[in-house]
Amino acid sequence: MPDPFDSVLYRHIYCTLSSTADAQCEGVGLFGGGLLPGGFEWLAFVLTGVIIVAALINGILGAVLLMIWGERRLLGRLQGRTGPNRWGPFGLLTPIADAVKTMFKEDVVPTVSDRLVFTLAPILMLFPALLVYAVLPIGHGTWLADINVALLFIVAIGGANVLAIVAAAWGSGNRYAMFSAMRAVAMLISYEIPLVISLVGVIMLSGSLSLVAIVNAQTIPFFIIQPLGFFVFVVASMAELNRTPFDVAEAESEIVAGYMTDYSSMKFGLFFLAEFAATIATSGVITVLFLGGWHGFDPIPSQIWFIAKMVGVLALIVWVRASWPRLRIDQIMAFAWKALFELTLINLVVSGLLMLAWPSPSTTELWYMAGINWLVFIASIILFGKLLGPKHDPVSAGNVQRDVTLSDSDAPAIPSGGGG
Amino acid sequence: MPLATEPITINVGPQHPSTHGVFRMRVTFDGEEVIDVEPIFGYLHRGSEKLAESRTYTQIVTLTDRMDYVASMNSNMSYILSVEQLAGIEPSPRGVWLRMIAAELQRIASHLVATGFFLQDLGALGTPLIFTMRERELVLELFERLCGARITSSYMRPGGVFMDAPDDFWPALDRFLAEMPHRIDEYEQLISGNEIVMVRCDGVAVVDSQTLINASVTGPMLRASGVDWDLRHRQPYEYYDQIKFNRPLATASDNYARYIVRVHEMRESLSIVRQCIEQIEPGPVRPKEVPALIRPPAGDAYVGTECPKGELGFYLVSDGGVAPYRCKVRAPSLINLTLLRDMLIGYKLADLFVTFGSIDINMGEVDR
Repeated sequence: MPDPFDSVLYRHIYCTLSSTADAQCEGVGLFGGGLLPGGFEWLAFVLTGVIIVAALINGILGAVLLMIWGERRLLGRLQGRTGPNRWGPFGLLTPIADAVKTMFKEDVVPTVSDRLVFTLAPILMLFPALLVYAVLPIGHGTWLADINVALLFIVAIGGANVLAIVAAAWGSGNRYAMFSAMRAVAMLISYEIPLVISLVGVIMLSGSLSLVAIVNAQTIPFFIIQPLGFFVFVVASMAELNRTPFDVAEAESEIVAGYMTDYSSMKFGLFFLAEFAATIATSGVITVLFLGGWHGFDPIPSQIWFIAKMVGVLALIVWVRASWPRLRIDQIMAFAWKALFELTLINLVVSGLLMLAWPSPSTTELWYMAGINWLVFIASIILFGKLLGPKHDPVSAGNVQRDVTLSDSDAPAIPSGGGG
Repeated sequence: MPLATEPITINVGPQHPSTHGVFRMRVTFDGEEVIDVEPIFGYLHRGSEKLAESRTYTQIVTLTDRMDYVASMNSNMSYILSVEQLAGIEPSPRGVWLRMIAAELQRIASHLVATGFFLQDLGALGTPLIFTMRERELVLELFERLCGARITSSYMRPGGVFMDAPDDFWPALDRFLAEMPHRIDEYEQLISGNEIVMVRCDGVAVVDSQTLINASVTGPMLRASGVDWDLRHRQPYEYYDQIKFNRPLATASDNYARYIVRVHEMRESLSIVRQCIEQIEPGPVRPKEVPALIRPPAGDAYVGTECPKGELGFYLVSDGGVAPYRCKVRAPSLINLTLLRDMLIGYKLADLFVTFGSIDINMGEVDR
């Protein structure tokens, strides 16, 4: 079990509270340390936990508000408009106004609903999203818990939101919601498989399931060594998050708002919160696993590096959302099983062979691996694009007039009708 | 043990994000698959045809604006042509050219709306819609210069139009004509070659041309099945016989074909406007001899015109009074909508709204 003292957060707060007699706190705590008398180390331990968790959850809520603002601003810019800019500098306070408005809305519970399930579903939705942050290292020595099965933990709780979606749909007794739930279950379970298998390459390279160990192993960010794994993980994550082009579960042009159709007030707010918290958490996981986590140049603190990379991933997700239409559910399933699943298997085999060739790779050997993996990546993407793309030649470059003919033939004009 | 399944029926609309107004469908699904569709409309019925019987011929123009409110100029034009035929009014040339310019600009605006909402129904979150609305705004600004109104223009009168275009209209129109082709290229880059748009639309909701003809479907929907039927070409009205233009035809008759035909028709409309500008000459926009209160002789008249959505015509019956005895509208939106059930059965829930969007209807015109 890793020592909690590895975490800078824990060390500082605990040593500030704990008595000066604690041997592990040699010259660490703030204000000289020792706010509590001797014998109260257990209280210091409990309080440290409470303080860190409270700070983290509030930090997540703040991040969600910023993310809502950032997404709307970026979406606005991509669509050639301004986005929210009225309330606060650059419209920064708009999400707060939204949150206040959401809280004061009337909380409508449909009469046909199953009240208990209906109420529990939003809470159930929020918890997995928050739990990911427990193991997410957001900087050098800045993490809540460094457990040795962190990756497995993330995968496990990542699948839990399906339950919440089904509960919400069942609880609200709405047919649109049931459609949404059926789609969500089919899709999320399918995408879980490529998502997990794509991580095997990362685990092989780092030799550990601990996120801290994975970040430490990334002398070269893993997206360079594992392009196929990175691609599959990002795509599958977007499907797990119900983001465009995989947002069939809440496709507002088809099934209104999906499982959220009957929700209002803060119950809806919780869904919204959970969705954005999960988006931020997933981009954090992508950063940790593939983008080198907190690694960066020295004068800038590691936390800033981490957040910058995370914002980059979030911007990518918003960009995709702004540009692409939605896939149909059968196409999404076909994509998961016919493309992503095979791609991860290719990645698995190639990575395994490379690890057999270089069991403990040096930096040069890592670059060789990266080169081979990129070749495999490009070849397999082209292959699958050919196999699964539109059946007849769609739009070849420079010729967008797919079987449109311009008729200017002088077909026999019919005498002008009318006139009785 | 066999799994028992049963079809599920959902009322889609009248309050639904993608029903383009207050349209309702009672859809029966088997899983995600559509097995029955029953369109129900009439939520926007305002009795325009009946109202027309108690208004003078000039007053009815405002009613036509409110039928297809995204293509009001075309509705105006269709109505005015019937009145002119009924009352034997010879329009002044400048008025006719101005009407054609306005109608073709309106066709561009209407196709922009159709394209934008079609992509919105596909699930593209706002971006294509906002792009097309941005360009539609250019057209609406031109209309604002032309007649002061943006949507419900009421620009046309029996004999021509009610006022000449102001001097600042022409440079603005030139700027628009220079800019618009690039904007259309931009959509094509964003949309036409998009893999997701292709796989979503290719081969979805195919109807053969004979079915379309039997249902008397007209407009881009018919031309997307390869039938070269454009009233501007087949039964030239106004001065369309003096204009050279192409009719874009697609053969696939699927959702993609309906989309791509509209995009190409926008380019053709731009070319028609250019030719109109070349041929327009100074003069009165409306002959002086047209009376303020038109009393056509007893009789009837019908002129079919090619509107963005299909053939729109006003069948007017006069008993010699100041108001028509009967005004019957052949609304393309309503007639094109009649094939909805045949187009949708066997396709998925997600195709439902895409197909509905590709038909391009306007509830104001369907219900009147």
